[in-house]
Amino acid sequence: MKSQTATRVLLYCALAIGSLLALLPMIWMVSASFMQPGAANTYPPRLLPENPTLEHYRTLFTRLDLGQYLVNSTIVAGIATVLSTLINSMAGYAFAKLRFRYRDRVFRLLTLGLVIPVQVAMLPLFLLMRELGLVNTYWGVIIPALASIFGIFLMRQYAISIPDDLLDAARIDGAGEFRIYWSVVLPVMRPMLATLAIWTFLATWNDFMWPLIVLSDDTMFTLPVALANLAGERVQDTELMMAGSVLTILPVLIVFMVLQRYYVEGITVGSVKG
Amino acid sequence: MSRLNRWENNRSAWLFLAPALVLIGIFFFLPVFASLLLSLTDFDIYAIADSANARFIGLRNYTGLLDNDVFWVAVKNTFYFALIGGPLTVAVSLGAALLVNARLTPLKSLFRTIFFVPFVTTLVAVAIVWRYLYHPQYGFFNYMLSWFGIDPLQWLGDPQLAMPAIILMAVWKNFGYNMLIFIAGLQNIPAELYEAAHLDGAGPFRRFRHVTLPMLGPTFLFVGVITMIGYFQLFAEPYVMTAGGPLRATTSMVLLMYEEGFRWWRMGIAASVAVFLFVIILAWTLLQFRLQKESA
Amino acid sequence: MRRFPHLGLLALCAFAAACGSGASGQDRTVTLKFWGLGREGEVVASLIPDFEREFPDIRVQVQQIPWTAAHEKLLTAHVGGSTPDVAQLGNTWIAEFAAINAIQPLDSLIAQSNTISREGYFPGIWNTNIADGHVYGVPWYVDTRVLFYRSDILRQAGYDSIPQSWDGWLDAMRAVKRVVGETRYAIYLPTNEWTQPVVFGQQKGASILRDDGRYGAFRDTAYARAFDFYLSIYREGLAPVQGLFDIANPYQEFERGYFAMWITGPWNIGEFKRRLPANMQDRWATAPLPGPTGAASGTSTAGGSSLVVFRGSRHQEAAWKLIEFLNRPEQQVRFYELTGSLPARREAWQLSQLADDPHARAFWTQLQRTVALPAVPEIESIMARVIEHSETAIRGSRTAAQSLTALDADVDNMLEKRRWVLKREAP
Repeated sequence: MKSQTATRVLLYCALAIGSLLALLPMIWMVSASFMQPGAANTYPPRLLPENPTLEHYRTLFTRLDLGQYLVNSTIVAGIATVLSTLINSMAGYAFAKLRFRYRDRVFRLLTLGLVIPVQVAMLPLFLLMRELGLVNTYWGVIIPALASIFGIFLMRQYAISIPDDLLDAARIDGAGEFRIYWSVVLPVMRPMLATLAIWTFLATWNDFMWPLIVLSDDTMFTLPVALANLAGERVQDTELMMAGSVLTILPVLIVFMVLQRYYVEGITVGSVKG
Repeated sequence: MSRLNRWENNRSAWLFLAPALVLIGIFFFLPVFASLLLSLTDFDIYAIADSANARFIGLRNYTGLLDNDVFWVAVKNTFYFALIGGPLTVAVSLGAALLVNARLTPLKSLFRTIFFVPFVTTLVAVAIVWRYLYHPQYGFFNYMLSWFGIDPLQWLGDPQLAMPAIILMAVWKNFGYNMLIFIAGLQNIPAELYEAAHLDGAGPFRRFRHVTLPMLGPTFLFVGVITMIGYFQLFAEPYVMTAGGPLRATTSMVLLMYEEGFRWWRMGIAASVAVFLFVIILAWTLLQFRLQKESA
Repeated sequence: MRRFPHLGLLALCAFAAACGSGASGQDRTVTLKFWGLGREGEVVASLIPDFEREFPDIRVQVQQIPWTAAHEKLLTAHVGGSTPDVAQLGNTWIAEFAAINAIQPLDSLIAQSNTISREGYFPGIWNTNIADGHVYGVPWYVDTRVLFYRSDILRQAGYDSIPQSWDGWLDAMRAVKRVVGETRYAIYLPTNEWTQPVVFGQQKGASILRDDGRYGAFRDTAYARAFDFYLSIYREGLAPVQGLFDIANPYQEFERGYFAMWITGPWNIGEFKRRLPANMQDRWATAPLPGPTGAASGTSTAGGSSLVVFRGSRHQEAAWKLIEFLNRPEQQVRFYELTGSLPARREAWQLSQLADDPHARAFWTQLQRTVALPAVPEIESIMARVIEHSETAIRGSRTAAQSLTALDADVDNMLEKRRWVLKREAP
């Protein structure tokens, strides 16, 4: 039993240190966002603010238009999430449950695309967006995120486990394929849909490189792009930058905290079965 | 099933697939193909003004890159980041998974969440925070080093330290994701195997080596592959923290591609960098699969 | 099942918002998009209300872009077809943007203008706006680099003013170093700035490029000698081997005496006044750059920003009105007072406090001795290469001669396309 106590102590220590390391940067970020201007640039560095102030948050919302960026990010991530969940689940279901010629060949071709890094497409994609007049628009950011090979993969993985009898019964009743999908398949896939939705929301909210390229008007910037822009100008205003970082991370952290059960499930399901 | 039903299945199937396939076709595969073509030309800012100014130059972009010092530095940096950062991330994730999954660990889901939080955060925001943490005079990391009597380090200013600094941040940010996958893998190991090993007199380390590790084989492969593919695409961290410096020490292939393509509009060259990256990722992935097959 | 209608409604609203994102105001008023860079972009917004009052049917939307991202954002906007109407452009970029047909020639507008004409501006600066024999931009504010220094530290070292020749200057720096000691330096020369090596080269008479910008000329004796001078400042320990990102707050370091001299621009007159404490204000001064053979050879950059109109603008007359407005002497004075950026119009100098400001005198002198960069579209990327190769020599991974040879090879490579295009266009 002594060895168990020793193990327990070691374990708790490891957990404590690990948690501290994992959270320290976040703690400092939040703390510095409340510090007086210039207070974060002192030696020795402080962990807690002396005279906490909300002025940086005020500045962000009043002078620096953060509200606009929040709205942009929400619209882009929101639309992309809703539409892509629908599109990817339809395709995933089709690959899993509908029988048609070339099904496996097309799917295999698609998964080949997983190895291609997305940056290979970016330059011509930008030129394509220019031709379509979608540069500097929300849709220019949203459209490339609407269909994802990984998302289809995930959906198919889950849809395979839907019992065929369920579907055949509906077919015998004379229901059309779309009706079956809408009334039978979607409710059954709800947990996985939630997972994919959260995954897409997180990914599109956090996306940086493509919005950086396609958005030129600062009124259109999403939060990560606006933040990087701010970092370029205000490199001396540490506390302001930290406040900006907090506001960028907070929404997505809240979404994750509230819905983490689905998110975690999705990762593990996708990996173990794969 | 009658022939009529099968045909209907066909049509609806393609309707279900149409949105996704059309989108992926037009907005992914088509640009990828165009990149390939672009890489065979010297399309640049002159060509933007007048497309007659683009010349077909065959493989000259590729040979030019192979001759270009900065390109090789970018390749080296990318491999440095991936080959050190990748295994490090995997090791830390495994460690975290073992911690969280251990029998004696209380509040498992709390710790799992804590360890996962860094992964969820926005990379740009986090890179900015870490840039301040790495500040030579006011940064918290040098302050912690001073507790042990170590002189302040120029984390992002020293060409030797800049990439390790970025690797450290990447490991911190990404270990949570792999940790979840490892936890799932660990939970899938039947308890009987551990009991049998215990009965055979194996201590915790031997049980780890002979039960845990082999059973995690497929998980390792999965985690390894997706981590490496992600790490080869290093971009945002150097873009935000170091602008690819100092002295190009943190210029990755994707950063180089971005610079060539969107800063200088040498799009032919940028496209070739992207194609090189693709080849590297493909080759590496195949290599990993082969290595795994042979060790199994 | 009940969840989906709500989602649908949400999606519809967001959909509508997305489609309406580009909606403009009423049809009668014209909305101009103006892109300002760096601090000037931040400040210009305060001049706009007066403009809008005078021209009630023109609205101006100001967007500020950091300098570090400006070049790529402007080019990307041009390629993407999303350029603003008016923008501030670094005048070293004029040749490039003219070559790609992004900006509008302004000759006829200038000829008809009552406020703007060539005579009102510094000649060296006006010339930087000319490409292919046409004027593409109107100088907005000027920038040149002079020496800012700690007059108290210099006095401690035995000097009342900065010597005008390179030799004298080096002696002064050495004297300062003796006074400040091992851990501090005489001068801050960011290793990743091209201005220092290029200005020294031009002071020695180097042309930077040769053959009408077809080949690099960095191996020329003049440039090589200047480059050796530049490197010797680091080698002697007079300057720290640190770049722009390595010193987070140079104002603090200047105040602490970490370095006693700094080659920088006019915006820092204002910044120094703002950021340095009151007791420091009589301990710093400015001086024109020393030259190899004395004052007359002490040239500096012909920098600054111009205002340009983009070809894609659908409101060219309104855009020109804004440019004329910002170039009125009174507005130039106001702008100077807000930013510390020096007016391009000479008249504004007399009208403002600049005439009496001792710190500005060095700039007035320096602006009479400026040399422009070669006007080729590739000049920006060539300067980036200058930085890269200079750094290798500064940090010792290559010798000076090796780095200049490599630089020339790089530059020749980069100019190959230009040579081809010029040959194609030649009659």
